[in-house]
Amino acid sequence: MFKILRKKVLSPAVTLMDIDAPFVAKKAEAGQFIILRVNDDGERIPLTISDFDREKGTVTIIFQIIGSSTAQLGALEEGEYISDFVGPLGRATETEGRKKVAVVGGGVGCAIALPVAKKLSQQGTEVHSIIGFRNKELVILEDEFKAVSKKTVLMTDDGSAGQQGLVTAALKALIDSGEEYDEVIAIGPLVMMKFVVATTRPYGIKTTVSMNPVMIDGTGMCGGCRLTVGGKMKFACVDGPDFDGFLVDFDEAMERNNMYHDFEHHKYEETCHLLHKEVQ
Amino acid sequence: MANMDLKKTPMPTQEPLVRARNFSEVALGYTEEMALSEAERCLNCKNMPCVSGCPVNIHIPEFIAKVKEGDFEAAYQIIARSSSLPAVCGRVCPQESQCEAKCIRGIKGEPVGIGRLERFVADWHNEHFSGEVKKAEPNGHKVAVVGSGPAGLACAGDLAKRGYSVTVFEAFHAVGGVLIYGIPEFRLPKSIVAKEVETLKALGVEVQTNFVIGKTLDISELFEMGYEAIFIGSGAGLPRFMGIEGETLKGVYSANEFLTRNNLMKSYKNDSETPIMHAKKVAVIGGGNVAMDAARTALRLGAEKVYIVYRRSLDELPARREEVEHAMEEGVEFRLLTNPTKILGYRNPDDRRDPKNGFVTGMECIKMELGEPDASGRRSPTQIEGSQEILPVDEVIMAIGTSPNPLITSATAELETNRRGCIVADSKGQTSMEGVFAGGDAVTGAATVILAMGAGKTAAEAIDEYIKSK
Repeated sequence: MFKILRKKVLSPAVTLMDIDAPFVAKKAEAGQFIILRVNDDGERIPLTISDFDREKGTVTIIFQIIGSSTAQLGALEEGEYISDFVGPLGRATETEGRKKVAVVGGGVGCAIALPVAKKLSQQGTEVHSIIGFRNKELVILEDEFKAVSKKTVLMTDDGSAGQQGLVTAALKALIDSGEEYDEVIAIGPLVMMKFVVATTRPYGIKTTVSMNPVMIDGTGMCGGCRLTVGGKMKFACVDGPDFDGFLVDFDEAMERNNMYHDFEHHKYEETCHLLHKEVQ
Repeated sequence: MANMDLKKTPMPTQEPLVRARNFSEVALGYTEEMALSEAERCLNCKNMPCVSGCPVNIHIPEFIAKVKEGDFEAAYQIIARSSSLPAVCGRVCPQESQCEAKCIRGIKGEPVGIGRLERFVADWHNEHFSGEVKKAEPNGHKVAVVGSGPAGLACAGDLAKRGYSVTVFEAFHAVGGVLIYGIPEFRLPKSIVAKEVETLKALGVEVQTNFVIGKTLDISELFEMGYEAIFIGSGAGLPRFMGIEGETLKGVYSANEFLTRNNLMKSYKNDSETPIMHAKKVAVIGGGNVAMDAARTALRLGAEKVYIVYRRSLDELPARREEVEHAMEEGVEFRLLTNPTKILGYRNPDDRRDPKNGFVTGMECIKMELGEPDASGRRSPTQIEGSQEILPVDEVIMAIGTSPNPLITSATAELETNRRGCIVADSKGQTSMEGVFAGGDAVTGAATVILAMGAGKTAAEAIDEYIKSK
């Protein structure tokens, strides 16, 4: 059992939790992920690590309530426990030797982009962060990004905070203004990453994306997380989750991600109904 | 009075068409009368050929003699001296190519049903035994076991019996490895695995789930934590795919994923949080036990048609004979000498965002013929040009084998591996690293439960010698 030491609601749909997991905290690096199960009948949910504190032995996760399992997780409070928490899994994001990097985060993906920005900044890399959300209500971690970035651009779809528009527009503007990046690291919805890649490709700027496909074990055993990268089959859990964005087949990944859409939708409704009953 | 019947006492089973729609165990097990009658078929040969066929050398005639006397607990104790998981092995061992292959009764007629008797004895014990399991006197030495599959559990059990303090590290949230994620409920009820694990815990074995060695902890850290020797039984968990077009379509599973969703995550149950496709027509590629398990699971999930697609003929099917027979009885259709060449998917030309896009609609196959035996003695299949046909299916399950998981070996440079990624170990399990032993599928590549158990036992003995000689 793993104790929830802190819970903070970041936006109506996004929650932060610090989990007491000293063994995971000791090894965790930016870009890696964990798998958790809320309870004994629970699904195994992969979540990328948002932060970690080796001394306190805690690992921070930030998640969006999108289905039954995340709804159950979100309903737990500080001091309560989750059944399982295993990691760190996958490869850490490579940051060595970069002089100037643009970190692009979209939505809850910003929670995963932040530790990467932080690590880059700590090693002396100049970080420019571009973070995008649908609207003001959903904005998270703006101050945290500002703290580790030389430039931070906030974008919203409706212009209710920061500038109106997509992260790709902001990225293009920065590149066109003469910023020379060694690398662009994009973390967010698949469609966002696909268009970040489309933006950087003409400039030939190395672009790394973080993939989060459906998976079960996270150790290379199920093959459910397979992707086509440069025409070859790769497993996101052990070969990634970071990949060269120019080589990833995003259309295929997007198609695979909706495989269980009907099931998940149905389960979510059921869970919401149950949680609602408990509240009553 | 010896029973000279040429045939084994039949095993009662659920009716094929009934069981093909439920997940309860297929074989129901012998009654006491059946066990007594089958035991009487054993001639108690002096030279015990059957024992030499058993990878863990169970004293077979000795335990059967106790069954004849009706002393089932004594029979169990004889098996337990050699095997840590009798109820499991009685169910999943390929007896026809091991102990029973050597049985004198098999020369004329069927061999003694050794596997069935082992299962009976183990189940009898689990049902009736209520005494305390005797813990060995602690010897003050600590050993770590990586992986809680058959190799790891056998090694842990034997070391605990010798007084070692043993900790098993398991990556999953549950204990048993392939016994719980791979082999289905209808062939090996999970309650039986749980019971065997409880017995090991009663012997003093400690289990740490949610630990991925190579990620959460490294081999060197285990030594720093005070473990004097380490056994690696991390299995062959990495699924293979064929490399044909269409393998990333929705509805294509590795057998590992398909079986793990069902067995470990219980996705066949309506209230499970883990989804699984309930396909109408399913093709399973491969001819081993895993392929049979996947095909029969697909039937039980409600498929109308399930095909086994295998590139060789019936004679070469590597699966346990009983599993093939059960699959056929249940209605699985065998497409032998057939090999997939391409998986076809749905694509709406007018709507790129149609949610049906990318789901499997069929599989193109080609007929094969067997050529001359190759160096390995197996006749290699070759394609018959122009014999392509389309099998209309909406799910394809790849059960064409697995490779060892590289998580530990890639994190441990000193650990020597061979070309296939298997850990190099000698006949006692000693690897290239001092104090590190390995066995089971991680060393041999995908094999059987009992061979893995045998390797775990052998390594336990080697670890005992190693620590005592230090």
